[in-house]
Amino acid sequence: MTGKQPFESVVAAHGATVLRVCRAVVGSSDADDAWSETFLSAMRAYPELPADANVQAWLVTIAHRKAIDATRARARRAMPVACTTDAVVAPSADSDHLDLDADLVAAFAALPAKQKQSVAYHYLAGLPYTEVADIVGGTADAARRAAADGIAALRRSSASGPRKELPDERR
Amino acid sequence: MNADDLARDLTVAFSETPAHLHELHGRLTAAAQQEGILDVAYRTVDTPIGKLLVAATDEGLVRVAFALEGHDAVLQSLADRITPRILEAPRRLDAVAAQLDEYFAKRRQGFDVPLDWRLTGGFRRSVLHHLVRDVAYGHTATYTSLAQLAGSPKAVRAVGSACATNPLPVIVPCHRVVRTDGGMGGYLGGIEVKRTLLTLEAAA
Repeated sequence: MTGKQPFESVVAAHGATVLRVCRAVVGSSDADDAWSETFLSAMRAYPELPADANVQAWLVTIAHRKAIDATRARARRAMPVACTTDAVVAPSADSDHLDLDADLVAAFAALPAKQKQSVAYHYLAGLPYTEVADIVGGTADAARRAAADGIAALRRSSASGPRKELPDERR
Repeated sequence: MNADDLARDLTVAFSETPAHLHELHGRLTAAAQQEGILDVAYRTVDTPIGKLLVAATDEGLVRVAFALEGHDAVLQSLADRITPRILEAPRRLDAVAAQLDEYFAKRRQGFDVPLDWRLTGGFRRSVLHHLVRDVAYGHTATYTSLAQLAGSPKAVRAVGSACATNPLPVIVPCHRVVRTDGGMGGYLGGIEVKRTLLTLEAAA
């Protein structure tokens, strides 16, 4: 007779992961809104969710849609102003690895959308490629390739970017 | 750097602080409340008889639970019996939390919050209604006298089970019901808790 968990447990179990996914896919400036809309929309639909559903995949699917909405909305907002390169706001400024993190975040933000999504949903949310493919469209193999390409690009940029081992070139 | 290391770095780079997540949680509960989809809100209250879980629907307080019952199990049973749209959202419980503080400080003898009786029904519910109305602070009733009050003098055992399944203990004072022979009778929160509540009220 145990049915679905209280929604509070869903937020507790998946809130941090979904926020990482949102920050990765829409950038930190819009991530809070995407997270809030994802969980509000999930809570609305939660009673109808089948009891055996994969909650994490379901949440990432919703977050994916909200991220697309947010990206479109931002594109509309950005249209009238002179097009600056998409300013990626630095992550919360409380960490020693701020520079390393900021470099990685900037490199990630420069990836094509499909690579970003595939890396985020597989590596940050832990979804298998079949489920990643269900969310981003296309085949599981295509999702796997997109993620591999994304990882390769990040690896290249972290190899060329300023890193601790290199003589300091920091601003 | 292999993919797993990179994935770990990405996880760190995109992580937020617990305080930030807490803030987002607050925003979610406010939005859910405003949209009318926060079906059950709950919080815990620290008291001399341990941490009490208090949960409320739109209609009123629906459940009070002792630590002994296992708060997680109680929340799961609310999800099963009412709705899984449950969030920890203290604001809806501010009034009852304040009144519980006053009660345990002996500055309050009755509770003035709306009650949602949906977790009890029939004879049990009518027993609990009588308990609220007819058994005052600092007094006790017996299972037998309560059965009489409820109009079924023979239903002494049913009165016992009404008390044992009271969804709103402390607020609906089943701790004031004792045995005819002077024994304490059982209690959902444990016999020590019952004794503590009766002593508290007797000393006021």
